[in-house]
Order: sequence, then C-alpha cells, then structure tokens
Amino acid sequence: MTDPQLRTMPAGRTPDISSEQRLAEIRREAGLHGAVKAQGIRPAGAPFPAASEETGYYGIPLLKEPAWTWEIPLYFFVGGAAGSAAVIGAIASYTGADRKLVRDAQWIAAAGTVLSPALLVADLGKPSRFLNMLRVFKPQSAMSVGVWTLVGFSAGAPAAAFAGFLQDRFGPSLPLRIIENAGQAVSMAFGLPFSNYTGVLIGATAIPVWNENVGNLPIHFGASGLSAAVGMLELMGNDKSRALQALGIGAAMVECWEGFRLESKAKPNLEPVKRGLSGAIVRTGGLLSGPLPLVLRVASAMTSGRQSKRLRRFAAASAIAGSLLTRIGWIHAGHVSARDWRAPLEIPRTLIAKY
Amino acid sequence: MSVTAFLTDSTLCIGCKACEVACKEWNGIGEDGLNWSGNSYDNTGALGHSTWRHVKFVEHMPEAGFGGNAPELNTWAFSSDVCKHCENAGCLEACPTGSIVRTEFGGVYIQPDICNGCAYCVVACPFGVVQRNPDDGRAFKCTFCYDRQKAGLIPACAKACPTESIQFGEIESLKLRAKERVEELHSRGMQDANIYDSADTSVGGIHAMFIVRGDPRTYNLPPKAEVPTIYLRKGWTSSAIAAAMLLGGTLLAFLAESQRGGA
Repeated sequence: MTDPQLRTMPAGRTPDISSEQRLAEIRREAGLHGAVKAQGIRPAGAPFPAASEETGYYGIPLLKEPAWTWEIPLYFFVGGAAGSAAVIGAIASYTGADRKLVRDAQWIAAAGTVLSPALLVADLGKPSRFLNMLRVFKPQSAMSVGVWTLVGFSAGAPAAAFAGFLQDRFGPSLPLRIIENAGQAVSMAFGLPFSNYTGVLIGATAIPVWNENVGNLPIHFGASGLSAAVGMLELMGNDKSRALQALGIGAAMVECWEGFRLESKAKPNLEPVKRGLSGAIVRTGGLLSGPLPLVLRVASAMTSGRQSKRLRRFAAASAIAGSLLTRIGWIHAGHVSARDWRAPLEIPRTLIAKY
Repeated sequence: MSVTAFLTDSTLCIGCKACEVACKEWNGIGEDGLNWSGNSYDNTGALGHSTWRHVKFVEHMPEAGFGGNAPELNTWAFSSDVCKHCENAGCLEACPTGSIVRTEFGGVYIQPDICNGCAYCVVACPFGVVQRNPDDGRAFKCTFCYDRQKAGLIPACAKACPTESIQFGEIESLKLRAKERVEELHSRGMQDANIYDSADTSVGGIHAMFIVRGDPRTYNLPPKAEVPTIYLRKGWTSSAIAAAMLLGGTLLAFLAESQRGGA
C-alpha cells in the first residue's frame, strides 16, 4: 500500500564495527557459495507486501471513513450557534436585558431550526425518509437523542421569535407574552444539549481521533457554539453588551484551554488534529476561536470609542470563522483517522515492517 | 429456530471465492473489485456495501513449516471475512431509525425499507463492515441470509463453500466445534492456530467466529474491538458539564449586567 513510512529510506546511518563486519560477512558468503542465504530486508515500496503483524493486512484500513458530506460540519456549526443563542435569548429576556438583543438571539435560534433540518435531510442517503428518524427514540444512539433534541428545539425557538415579532409589531398582548415565554423556556431547555451534543455524536464512534476525545468534544463544541452565537449577536449590532463581552471572553478561555489540552498530549491517535490538512484546519480554527478573540476582547475592553468597537467586531468575526473551521477540521480529522490502519490494530507507529 | 452463527476456519479455506460469488448471486449485489489490487489475489480489499463476503489472501514470508510448506516458499493463508454480527453491535445501537434490528437467529439485520441513509452506523462499526452505497444512498452489509434462514436454509456462502471452511449452525455447538478444531490443529503441530471471537471486549462475542493462524491483526481483525456505546457515559457527562457552564455563565453575565444597569 502507499505507506510513506515504508517508502522513505532512512536518512542516514552511522557506520560502526558491526555494520562493517556484516558487510564483510556478506562478501565472504557470496564469494564462498555464489549466493547469499540471508533474507535481507524488505525493499521499501516493494510491490508485493506480505501481510504481517507489522503491516496489518497490507496496510488496508480496517475502519470505514465517514460517509458524511459538507452538510454535516455546517450543521454542527449552525446547531451550536442556534442552541447557544436560544439560551442567551431566554436568559437575556428573563433578566430584562435590551429588547434588541433578545430579539436577535431569538431570530438566530429560529433560523437554526430552519437550516439544521435542511442540512440534515440533504445529507441523508434517502432524504425522503427523514421522518423515519422519528419512528423510535433510542437513548443509546446519540443521533436519535440529537434528532429529538432538534425536534424539541424546533418547537420552541420559532414560536418565541414569532410571538416576540408580533408583539413588537402590534403591541403587548398577554397570550403572545405567554407563548413567547413558553417558547423561550422550551428552546432553552433543548438548546442546552443542542449546542454541544454533536461532540457526543462523533465521540461515541469507532473513529479513534473522535472517541479518544469524547470526554472533551462536547465542552469544546459547546464553547465553540457559544462564541459563534456571541459573535453573531455582536455583528448584528449588540456590541455594547457587557454580558456578551464576558461570555465571549469565557468561551475564548475555554477554547484556549481545549487547544492547550490537545497540543500538550502526544498520542499517535491525535495526529489527525495536529498534522496535515485536517491538523492545519483544526489549529487555525483553534487560534481563531481561542487566543485571537481573547486578546482582541481584552484589548477592546481596555480601549474605548471606535477603536474598542472595531476590536470587538474583529473578535466576533474571528470567533465565528474559528467555530466553523473547528467543526470542518474535526470532521476532516475523522476521515484521516479512519484511514489510519495502524490505530484499530494497535500497531505502534514507530514499528516499521521487518521484511 | 435457535441462535445461529458462522465459524470460518481459515485453515480449510482454499481461496476459491465461491462464497463471494454465492453471496452476490443470492443477494443480487452488484459487481465490484474486477481489477487487481496488487495485494496477493485480493480484489476488493475489504468488506463493503457490495462485498458481504470477502476472501483475504494473507501471504506470509518464509517461515519454516508454516502450512506444511518448504521453508523457502512464501506461504498462504486464506480467510473469508464477513459481518461479525456482534453480540453488542455498534451499528444496531447507533441506528436512529430502528432500521437495524436483531433477528430471531441472533443476526444483525438492516431493514432496507426503513434505512434512510444517515450513515451513523458506518462510523459506529468497530470492524468497518457497514458502508453506504453512494448510488442507492442506504447502508448495506451481510444480512446473515435472514431470508434463507427464515425458510430453514443455511446461508448461501456456507452452502457454496466446497471445503466446509465456512460452517454454519447453532452458536453453542459451533463454539464447541471451534475449540475441538483448534485443539486438533495444535496436536498436529499448528501451535499458532487460535479462535477469534471478541468475547473478552465490550463487543461481548460475535456470531461470525474465525479460526486463524498467528496474529489476527494479519487478517485485519482488531485485537480489541469495542462497541462505541462505551464512550456514551463520558460523552454525555461532558455534554452536561458544557450545558451547565453555558447556563451558569450566561446567567452570571446577564445578572451582573442587569444589576449594574439597575444601580
């Protein structure tokens, strides 16, 4: 198989007594018998690799790559932002925050309930059978739990947004106020898991880089979703809210910690989030959602006027881009990890084929 | 009908691929692998949506006496791979539609009229068996010949196997037969013969056991296959922590702001 480690020859060897003795021995044997009986080594890139404990089964990957397409990372991004926005909207409303902030958060959540199912259905192999997801509820399937969470979320978020919109347009009304509050409560209850369950979804799989991080992916994705929601709200003009600034700083700090945790571990199964294209995407996403917005937000808090506002908008844009890249990177890393034939066979990366 | 299983004995396999042909014919699966992979005489390389039986050609480097061959010759082992029909099946647990079910014969079966092609089973299988058919959109794998078993017949592959390398029968008696066979092989000097049945992991045993020689990893059989549901507890704990942080953080941030505003 195309294994770069087998193809590249050692960069160089230092000759020593044993190596030179071995060469002399080969010469003597060849001279005496006209042939050398030794097995030799397996030439790098030999066309006919034998299966062995070192090569597995010709280095053919055991696991299947995820069949998901571009819709899924985008869904992760939209769902994370919408779920967090619903929580922000509900709490902002209950604590009597600025009406515009509440409305904007409600609309982000409501938009998420339109986009999320569309993306999910588009990714299905048989989109016409989307409703089959609602035949059963299986707590042991993270996807089933997620779909039902989305259903609950979709029942609350648009109702809150629409009731809010009608009140803004036609004045206060008690029934609408009740609907809005109920919708907010429902969208918050379901938004809390909806914002981060995708971490469980990919964590509870056979893909090594995902299940290795199952204990952190939900926190990572949750913080990523929150920073995206905060960023969107700020770009929609809510850039004077101190609460949003505090949430943005908190989310960026969690993202910094997640990045540090990943970078400080040197496990071979983590390589897809560090090396290659997938690693570059995950790392760029990490920088854009962790350190960069953190620095920009702190700088914005210390300055004032237009300068402060500009820094904050940059932080918001950076966090949104980082959140999207994080999801794309992690999904891509899953593909790379599935192609790693060594991981499921527990063959150390350092072990190179004997023959 | 009792709970059934496959026992695939690689020491009897001659690599004829009759099982692959029989499987494709009975189940009406499209052609695939009509080219040389370069990996011995293996065409398809792995199981997939159109390969429900897959004969592996495991070539060993010269090893004195392996398979009774002369020491200077490469030696062969063949093994017909198939869906393992796990006791704790990752695909079955993951399936959000309930399309994947456990049959009365103990097999794991994808109901094709229910599957909506979400592909979650693909990443939930620790053996890399299930695959989504890009043309059809649904996921496919070995059905354990559920239709044939229902009619009281044995699966097509087992019926077509000319050397009884693929044995089919009641699971407990097959387990016993596997043990006896390995003991027999040991007594004939094949000390490296062993049973692969994943009984000591969270998979909890499989309905398609294998007798292989040497390291099972040579046959692309994972030494420690785990059903992904074992990661759920950790994942949902993390999810609960994340939700608590989101709720607590948002409450704190907005309460602080409202108090400042009120003061």
